Amino acid sequence: MMQLTLAQESAHGDWLGRFDPRLRLLTALLLALTVVALQRLPLLLTALLLALLLAWRVGLSGPLLRKRLLAMEGFMIVLLVMLPFSVPGESWLTLGPFSASLEGLWRALEIVLRANAVVILLMALIGTLEPVVLGHALGQLRLPQKLIHLFLFTVRYIGVLFDEYQTLRLAMRARAFVAGSNRHTWRSLGWLLGMLLVRSLERSRRILAAMKCRGFSGRFYLVNPNVWRHRDTLALFAAGGLAAILLLLEQTL
Amino acid sequence: MAIRRLDFDRIPQAAVLSAAFFIASLVSVPVGPSSVHLILNGLMGLILGWAAVPAILVALLMQAVFFGYGGLLVLGVNTLNIALPALLCAGLLGPALRRSSGRASLAWGAASGALGVVLTGTLVSLSLGLSSSDYLPAAKVVLATYAPLMVAEAAVTGFTLAFLLKVAPELITLQE
Repeated sequence: MMQLTLAQESAHGDWLGRFDPRLRLLTALLLALTVVALQRLPLLLTALLLALLLAWRVGLSGPLLRKRLLAMEGFMIVLLVMLPFSVPGESWLTLGPFSASLEGLWRALEIVLRANAVVILLMALIGTLEPVVLGHALGQLRLPQKLIHLFLFTVRYIGVLFDEYQTLRLAMRARAFVAGSNRHTWRSLGWLLGMLLVRSLERSRRILAAMKCRGFSGRFYLVNPNVWRHRDTLALFAAGGLAAILLLLEQTL
Repeated sequence: MAIRRLDFDRIPQAAVLSAAFFIASLVSVPVGPSSVHLILNGLMGLILGWAAVPAILVALLMQAVFFGYGGLLVLGVNTLNIALPALLCAGLLGPALRRSSGRASLAWGAASGALGVVLTGTLVSLSLGLSSSDYLPAAKVVLATYAPLMVAEAAVTGFTLAFLLKVAPELITLQE
């Protein structure tokens, strides 16, 4: 079974778990929007540190965080290299006909800091939620019912289909399949995907039949114990205050 | 809008298929010295039809939330960038593909894979370029990295569709 959540078994884990999942969604959205609006480097650095603090507090481990972030850094590195050369301004480094501007460097740093802060924040607040809990929370926030159903079903079957995929891959390995850059590989992978889709379709028919058999009439009910408490309201105000302070500093500094 | 076109009866089907696409996008395909992950939006459009839009939205949401790729703030733009080519592929190439057989279906399938990637690459660059001129040079680099992806996507999508037409033609014609 594939690991979807970032949730770690740790002592810190349930500190955040005491709050309503909806609070985590709202807070994450609020803070992420705030960070996007920030433009000053010291403030962005503060936001990044706060996000890291939060990630550490909810028990995201360093190596895991680094692995997830690496996926994004590819684009960030391109940006960091290209921007100094493309934004006009005072030059600080000259490579042949190209000269890098200080303004471009600051701009690139700003973007990198902002993107990292937002991603870490979202991973800490939302990435640690159970997928099903997240689906229910989204449903309670009045997102379209069908979308929520689709989300919950997809979450449910990703694990199952991943097992299916592993089985097919194992069968290929048993026949000494090694992926290379050639026609044989592409054909084999194409057929692998085709087979995966055929099996999924059959499975979805069985699921629908089984659900109809149990009286499925087009919707199922989201049973959840999420209760919005006073402390959730307080926490939301705290997050709103933090966002306001950051934005105020951005304006006045 | 696209969500409304999805009957509750078809939700399990759309969900299981979108889970399958999610898994499929984890497969790394070697191209030359590097390897790429497929987007498969051309294929999704052809198989899911309108349901491809919510399916792509859900898949992106899960990627953003659980893997930290992309991001929640650009979810809307990303969905559009990937789903619009999917719908175009379905509309433009779908009819020809369903009529074809043998080598021709391989070619149409490959064309839909390539078209999906090219359109997505163009849209991504456009949206980067439009959001801020700072991103313009980076957008060009992004466009360049789509070239190997296009090759792999065209090849794999072509073979997948040719296979499906032979084995389970109902999968490709099951729209609405």
